[in-house]
Amino acid sequence: MALLEVDDLRTSFHTRNGVVRAVDGVSFCIDRGETLGIVGESGSGKSVTCLSLLGLVPQPPGRIEGAGAVLEGIDLLRCPQEVLRGIRGRRVAMIFQDPMTSLNPYMTIEEQLMEPLLIHEKIDRAAAARMALQALQEVGVPEAEQRIRSYPHQFSGGMRQRVMIAMALIGKPDLLIADEPTTALDVTVQAQILDLIAQQQRQRGVAVIFISHDLSVVAGFCDRVMVMYAGRVVETADTRAVFREPKHPYTRALQRSRPAMQAKGAELYVIPGLPPDLSRPVPGCAFAPRCEFAVADCSRTEMQLQDVGAGQASACLRVQRGELTLQ
Amino acid sequence: MLRLIVRRILETIPVLVLVATITFFMMKAVPGGPLDTEKNIPQEIKVQIEAFYGLDQPLWKQYASYMGNLLRGDLGPSFKHANRSVNELIAAALPVSLELGGIALCVALLVGIPLGIAAAVRQNTWIDYLASTTAMAGICLPTFVMGPLLVLVFALHFEHFNASGWDFPRDRVLPALTLGLVYAGYIARLTRGGMLEVLNQDFIRTARAKGASETRVVFRHALRGGLLPVVSFLGPGIAGILTGSFVIETIFNIPGLGRHFVTSVFNRDATLTIGTALFYAALVVALNLAADIAQAMLNPKQRAN
Repeated sequence: MALLEVDDLRTSFHTRNGVVRAVDGVSFCIDRGETLGIVGESGSGKSVTCLSLLGLVPQPPGRIEGAGAVLEGIDLLRCPQEVLRGIRGRRVAMIFQDPMTSLNPYMTIEEQLMEPLLIHEKIDRAAAARMALQALQEVGVPEAEQRIRSYPHQFSGGMRQRVMIAMALIGKPDLLIADEPTTALDVTVQAQILDLIAQQQRQRGVAVIFISHDLSVVAGFCDRVMVMYAGRVVETADTRAVFREPKHPYTRALQRSRPAMQAKGAELYVIPGLPPDLSRPVPGCAFAPRCEFAVADCSRTEMQLQDVGAGQASACLRVQRGELTLQ
Repeated sequence: MLRLIVRRILETIPVLVLVATITFFMMKAVPGGPLDTEKNIPQEIKVQIEAFYGLDQPLWKQYASYMGNLLRGDLGPSFKHANRSVNELIAAALPVSLELGGIALCVALLVGIPLGIAAAVRQNTWIDYLASTTAMAGICLPTFVMGPLLVLVFALHFEHFNASGWDFPRDRVLPALTLGLVYAGYIARLTRGGMLEVLNQDFIRTARAKGASETRVVFRHALRGGLLPVVSFLGPGIAGILTGSFVIETIFNIPGLGRHFVTSVFNRDATLTIGTALFYAALVVALNLAADIAQAMLNPKQRAN
């Protein structure tokens, strides 16, 4: 049985300019210990998908609907607030993109590390403090004994992200959601943080949902990849398959956009056009207006994720029809 | 930290000298003198009185002797209140103003902060609108409207309180409410603004993701940062609230410091004017320092600087 099974998740924001369908019918599942990468441009709905699971989307203006998001028998979309609160930070933990703003500047590192334990476990402060120190040492913060009493502004970005990771893992969650955990960091620090997450995952057997806009980061890290565009899933596949044989033009375009993939001096490849305005749904495939392979049918037929063989699913009509082979 | 405090205290000395000097010469520049309102003083008596107070001396000599006395902490004799020094007058009125101001401050904090928090947590609901409107009304209603209104309702109609006076403990209620509700309005608005800013920050989402309850999010994570604007307002705010209000002291007939502020100018009682101005300036400076220290305690980032 899967650890988490999400079925037809839909999150919309009701704004003055109409309804923005940020997440529009996303389904996926993740097993214990597995790593799932969610890839897509800014605004493709990857963060909102994960925030919705934990009920962290502000409501109103947000509205979370869907057939279900079942975490071992508990439907996260329909359980009472208290149950969901008991899951946050204990069974499902989250790391955010910007470690500079995601830690409370008015509280010591120790207080913040202890907090998940004090909220969820029957534990006294002394024991919680011991565990906090241990957690900080495990994520490789030097001189943890002294530094645990300092405040976030006394830490560098990389060190703060280590604190975030320690804080997320201290409650021994089954699922860790990492929302672009390395985007705000220097490249050298990025690699360290990725290593740290991978190492912690191996040690604890925790499942990870790894959100990124960077395919190469996901490539080295995830078992499976889910590519999102305009609030929908356009392709899911094993990581290797996605790279060897993408089954959706958008995935291929994302790959080609990686600067490392291009010859020195050559002009960088960019996907033409802009992501669609999610408050004005277009008929058919949302990517069609920017797609070099699009035909007239693409804007007429509703997009649907379909199995295209070898555990790979694609929402591309032409791939499904066998008209298109990408590499 | 200690060095900072000592430096700040030393910095107040030129401020106070400046306040004393400016007020001194302004009072000298105002036409008229303390004896103008007395009727038909014989010339020789007037000369004698002026000689007694040193008013016959050249201006620079008057200034020098005033500043000399000031150095010893002597604010000089009052020109109007016979046989009483300015020190005595302030010492007599201050406890009254402190008591009124202290109670009013409690009212302001106990009403303003909860109101502001409620408005911020329930932003754009009827609770927010009600709280914000009440706060705005508290700010907009002048004390000379609010005071008589409270008297009309609670003293004249319900007869719970005396309409004026400062003799019984319950005489404190209406003036303290009048004074406190104005400040409660400001504090509520500042609390709401500060809390809203903090509640929209990323670390609040982190707290929620950790499973923190709404109460925990508001009081443990948001309040410390949300109250920073209130603390910086309270520096000058407390000085104003403690030194009393001429209007409220007049409405309720309270023997506080606020009256001296205004009447001493009308009486051309120069020493009392300078004395009260200096006292107020010293209080403002001291409380601003206190507010800065309190802010540093709340904000670890500032503490480092």
